[in-house]
Amino acid sequence: MSNKTIYIAGFAVVFIMCLGIFVFTNGEWGGSDDSGGEAAEDHGYVPWLTDWIDAIYGELPGEIESLLFAIQAAIGAIIIGYFIGSARSKKQASQE
Amino acid sequence: MHIMEGYLDPLWCVVWFVVMAPFFIAGVIKLRKILAEHPEQKMTVALSGAFIFLLSSLKLPSVTGSCSHPTGTGIAVVFYGVGVCAVLSTIVLVFQALLLAHGGFTTLGANCVSMGIIGPLCGLLLWRVCRGAGAGAFVSMFVAAFIADLMTYVVTAFQMALNIMTAGDGNFVDALIDFLSIYAVTQIPLAIVEGIVLGMFAHYLFTSRPEIFEITESNKLNPLSTEA
Repeated sequence: MSNKTIYIAGFAVVFIMCLGIFVFTNGEWGGSDDSGGEAAEDHGYVPWLTDWIDAIYGELPGEIESLLFAIQAAIGAIIIGYFIGSARSKKQASQE
Repeated sequence: MHIMEGYLDPLWCVVWFVVMAPFFIAGVIKLRKILAEHPEQKMTVALSGAFIFLLSSLKLPSVTGSCSHPTGTGIAVVFYGVGVCAVLSTIVLVFQALLLAHGGFTTLGANCVSMGIIGPLCGLLLWRVCRGAGAGAFVSMFVAAFIADLMTYVVTAFQMALNIMTAGDGNFVDALIDFLSIYAVTQIPLAIVEGIVLGMFAHYLFTSRPEIFEITESNKLNPLSTEA
């Protein structure tokens, strides 16, 4: 299989899966971590501590939380992008 | 998969920190050796951490109607083993606990054991099996990343069920079934997506810089190994 075929097929499967989940699943799209916490409480567990941001500030607004997650993703993406660029230039240099 | 602050009994918090400690220490020693003896691998170490940073920040919808995130530990464990993977995962977990109130500091040990140690160890085992059977980089990484991701959530369900058994009023089996249905079932499609993405990246590495895979040959299966 050629490289192009592998990448196109891979992205196509990911796209179809994501689309399928959005279209055919009727969910609230809450976090599974929160669901896990609720299930623990249903089983009689009483949490003994809240996270420090909640204790000091209260719940983070959704926009701020999204921003922080985006920053985390950006840190990873920048390093991966740098690596790919560096690998490409090394390959070109070795071919020359 | 992150167990939230306060959702593990203090006893279990201590137990999981004790379980985590030897792997984390072995990982720090190995990481220091890698950076000192093989400085040319700094970029690959950063890349391994970057995938954990990137993928664990993506909250994706799943078939259960809730969202979860991949773990991204496949690359790190295949290239540098369980110890280094535990260290890189801990950095991400601390970042999220500190800035995002996602996970927690008291549950850091438990989260690291599931995401940085047991899940990736299962992935590394499967990577070895696939490579030994002659599978290519794409298939081997797909299987390793899929299993590492899924097992992370299975271990989390197990940790939560143990906690319910001792500190809640439910029984272990009922709690385990509940937590597996919340964590593991949600995770199956996301683990497939993670497997495909990391598999494609492994294929890209194999075609553009095949010499990088020499690192995986010297990588020991023993999770406490400190050999660089």
